[in-house]
Amino acid sequence: MRYIEPHAHMVSRTTDDYTRMLLSGCRAVCEPAFWAGFDRSSAAGFYDYFCQLTVHEPRRAAKFGLPHFSWLCINPKESEDMKLADDVLAIIPEFLKRPNVLGIGEIGLNKNSRNEIKVLEKHVNLAAEHEQLILVHTPHLEDKLKGTKLILDVIRADKRIQPHRVIIDHVEEHTVQLVLDTGMWAGMTLYPESKCSPARAIDMVEVFGNERVWLNCACDWGVSDPLAVPKTALEMRRRGHSEETIDKLIYQNPLQFLRQTPKFILPSA
Amino acid sequence: MDARSKIIELAAFLDRVDRAEGEADFRLDALKNSMRELGSNEPGRAAKVLLSLSDPTTEPIVAATTKAACGAYKA
Repeated sequence: MRYIEPHAHMVSRTTDDYTRMLLSGCRAVCEPAFWAGFDRSSAAGFYDYFCQLTVHEPRRAAKFGLPHFSWLCINPKESEDMKLADDVLAIIPEFLKRPNVLGIGEIGLNKNSRNEIKVLEKHVNLAAEHEQLILVHTPHLEDKLKGTKLILDVIRADKRIQPHRVIIDHVEEHTVQLVLDTGMWAGMTLYPESKCSPARAIDMVEVFGNERVWLNCACDWGVSDPLAVPKTALEMRRRGHSEETIDKLIYQNPLQFLRQTPKFILPSA
Repeated sequence: MDARSKIIELAAFLDRVDRAEGEADFRLDALKNSMRELGSNEPGRAAKVLLSLSDPTTEPIVAATTKAACGAYKA
């Protein structure tokens, strides 16, 4: 079995996780910029974090033979401070030139506030100006439905953005159709309690189809599983899905989306 | 079997809440309300449970004063 992990916060994971991912068939890992669990105090903190994402973490992954790519942004949880957001947005373009940066992400909303929306709009503008792919975080729990609608409105308002170059992550049963109807991609995140279980993700694929969808684990510093994607593949096998169907969902689909940037290059199989 | 165990866990949780001291917060009523969707014979129960727990408003809030979501919408 082979798979691509399109959303994992490896800076918060141990080398054991890299070993297990490789053993489970992972062929590449992609890491969006996220909230570290605390608010960074300055743009310099983000500069260091972006260096970690684009230089040090890829080196760490390379020791295990795993290609590592990243996405950059100031995340929604740190988007109330407009001055900080503007300072961080100003340093992103320099990093977009790096060969392993795939686009802008994970942008989005957290509590659906006015400043969060302004910062989201600035990120979308940045992505449009630099022709970047976009990876979006949708809010948690009771905030997800409202936030997803607000996010889709912001993105659709910028006519420079092509829907097929946007992935709206962390969809659930009440938001997946909203996303797919826009022509954007829908990411199903296999994360305990606050997002989907493997069974629910497969249910959604069976009901809504396997086009423009991907699975991811979004493993981070919380209780989460870096092997959630291959474990979901095992559940698909148990339900009788073919190897071809499984490969499409966990390898071909993320490959199709990510290859929209010429930077997503994998070693020949 | 998996679904059976989850229903029992839910029931045990409600029993545990009854045995606890103090007042339950608004999320208990929200949870009980969402459970009504389980008795439906129509498809889409998971989506309806999620919708029942969701913020139905459409306007952005003025400012975020917390980081985390809590599990249910408080009107």
